[in-house]
Amino acid sequence: MQHLLIYAPAFPEMLLAVAAMLLLMLGAFSEDNDHNGAFIGWLSIAFMIGAATIIALQPPATQTLFNGSFVVDQFSRFLKLLILGGTAVAMLLSFDFLRQKGLMKFEYPILMLLACVGMMMMVSANDLIALYLGVELQSLALYVLAAMNRDNVRSSEAGLKYFVLGALSSGMLLYGASLIYGFTGSTSFLEIANVAQAAPPSENIGLIFGLVFLLVGLAFKISAVPFHMWTPDVYQGAPTPVTAFFAAAPKMAAMGLLLRVLGGAFPGLEQQWQQIIWFISIASMLLGAFAAIGQNNIKRLMAYSSIGHIGFALVGLAAGTTEGAQGVLVYLLIYLVMTLGTFACILAMQRGDEMIEDIDQLAGLAQNNLLLAFTLAMLMFSLAGIPPLAGFWAKVYVFWPAVQAGLYPLAVIGVIASVIGAYYYLRIVKIMFFDEPQEKFVPVSANLAIVMGAALIFIFAFAIPQLGGPIVAAAEAAANSLRL
Amino acid sequence: MIKALFFYLFAILSVSSAAMVIIARNPVHAVLFLILTFFNAAGLFILLGAEFLAMLLIIVYVGAVAVLFLFVVMMLDVDFAELKAGFIKNAPVGALIGGVVLLELAALFLVYGFDVGVGGNVQTAMPSTGSGIDNTTALGRVIYTKYVYFFQAAGLVLLVAMIGAIVLTLRHKEGVKRQSVAEQVARSPKTAIEVVEVAPGNAVLPSTEGPK
Repeated sequence: MQHLLIYAPAFPEMLLAVAAMLLLMLGAFSEDNDHNGAFIGWLSIAFMIGAATIIALQPPATQTLFNGSFVVDQFSRFLKLLILGGTAVAMLLSFDFLRQKGLMKFEYPILMLLACVGMMMMVSANDLIALYLGVELQSLALYVLAAMNRDNVRSSEAGLKYFVLGALSSGMLLYGASLIYGFTGSTSFLEIANVAQAAPPSENIGLIFGLVFLLVGLAFKISAVPFHMWTPDVYQGAPTPVTAFFAAAPKMAAMGLLLRVLGGAFPGLEQQWQQIIWFISIASMLLGAFAAIGQNNIKRLMAYSSIGHIGFALVGLAAGTTEGAQGVLVYLLIYLVMTLGTFACILAMQRGDEMIEDIDQLAGLAQNNLLLAFTLAMLMFSLAGIPPLAGFWAKVYVFWPAVQAGLYPLAVIGVIASVIGAYYYLRIVKIMFFDEPQEKFVPVSANLAIVMGAALIFIFAFAIPQLGGPIVAAAEAAANSLRL
Repeated sequence: MIKALFFYLFAILSVSSAAMVIIARNPVHAVLFLILTFFNAAGLFILLGAEFLAMLLIIVYVGAVAVLFLFVVMMLDVDFAELKAGFIKNAPVGALIGGVVLLELAALFLVYGFDVGVGGNVQTAMPSTGSGIDNTTALGRVIYTKYVYFFQAAGLVLLVAMIGAIVLTLRHKEGVKRQSVAEQVARSPKTAIEVVEVAPGNAVLPSTEGPK
């Protein structure tokens, strides 16, 4: 027992991995029907709550395992809780949809669970090999989930597109990692940091080359411009609850990994990576603002919205300070809640057995279902960043460090982009409240209503210091444990 | 002396069979030459003392990849004559790019030699030469100890790949007749034979369902 306890920092990952294998056995040896699939889904939610409890009970100290390749600190714990929350809520959103579409296979929750393990490995990675294995475990499960509705052409297309472009980005990432290993002689972030600091950047050209390729690979994973091309098609094609999952948890993991790599492995090269982050941040914000205007499919709109939001979160990273990292973490948390809430509303857009994805079909929703229309409207206001909702504070937390770091152009462009972006969010509100009503949607199911309600309360309550304060403090502790 | 002899044998064979892979008219021959190239490369690895890599090359590349190629070549109807036509047309461009790369490499090695300025960061090879430990032993010592995390994580990645392949391709077809031994053994005269009263002068029509 004593020997096992040294692995205590990795218990949450171990629990989920073992749980996934147990549930796989359970699923494989029981009858394949909706009921068993849902049962395994609920069990995996229970295991995720268990893992989150272990993480919450862990002491706040920084611990490393497996020769320093796996690090557990406040930063990784904060993100792991977000990832577990995002995955569990996405699973909760899936049940009704999957049952209706006849997709409630037991592999679905198991793949989500394994993707969750991969994401947790990503935010704990402290070594290039651990980084790659985490990314790959996560992505591979996501490719399969995107193509889950295999008899649907769009879903298969989404899976294939995601797979091919994901493989390309993994190739870039590996090429960068091999260059970094070649020029530093180690895969460990600590060793790489030592080499990066030992010589001025002008003598580390090879390392910078590797860094650029690594950033390209990671930018694919967070779908930042110019590596965003796959996002709209994959978001539109994948089954809606899977899209909700894509927009939530993997973004947390990939942004966390980006912060960890840049802060942990490349101190001394801030000048170099800040230029890159600066550029992809501006490009993502502007593309997210302009490209979403012409969209009529709400899932595509959310894809462009997520690209824009990643751009905003990167503003905090571009500042390159601890406050900036704190801003990114707060932004990610608020973005997670808003996105999951919005997707709960999108999943409630249903007439008979048909899922509605056209924005025009929302017309006059306020007269049919005022509560749903109000929730979606508030979430849209929050996504647009209108005070006093949470989305506004998220933007404050990333723009303020950027201003403090003297990045005025970035902050100004960010504000302009969010004003432009507000147009398409407000357009949805206008369609819901001021257009001629269409046919009614089916009543909202309990699972969706819970998620919507929680998101609605959160975006209003974040401005209250008693509620927002502890979250911001936790993000601050997390950012402090990161060496940015 | 013998080592040098074997080196040149393997080297010449691998280069010439690699050339044959592109030159051979018959695609099956090309794949077979590819396998010969792999074997010779494995021989070169053994000469370098990397016996584990040599075995991997044979198991993975010859055993899996090349056999897969053979399957593809034999089962898919690919018009190789047409592909070859494109080859001749684009050959000058390919030769030009190849020549540029060759010149660059030559310039690099003429200027820097084999020391390309990686500095003192490079780690030493895992079993240091002359230590008496071979590759396989050295790998066996670290893979479940130092690299246990990576090893297990790679296992999880493969598990996901397997689940994914099954989820996306397995279909339970309706109406397929399969042999069920248990069902056959459980048959008894009661379930297998149907006794029908036949009225005189009437015929017995076979039941459309067939015997159970």
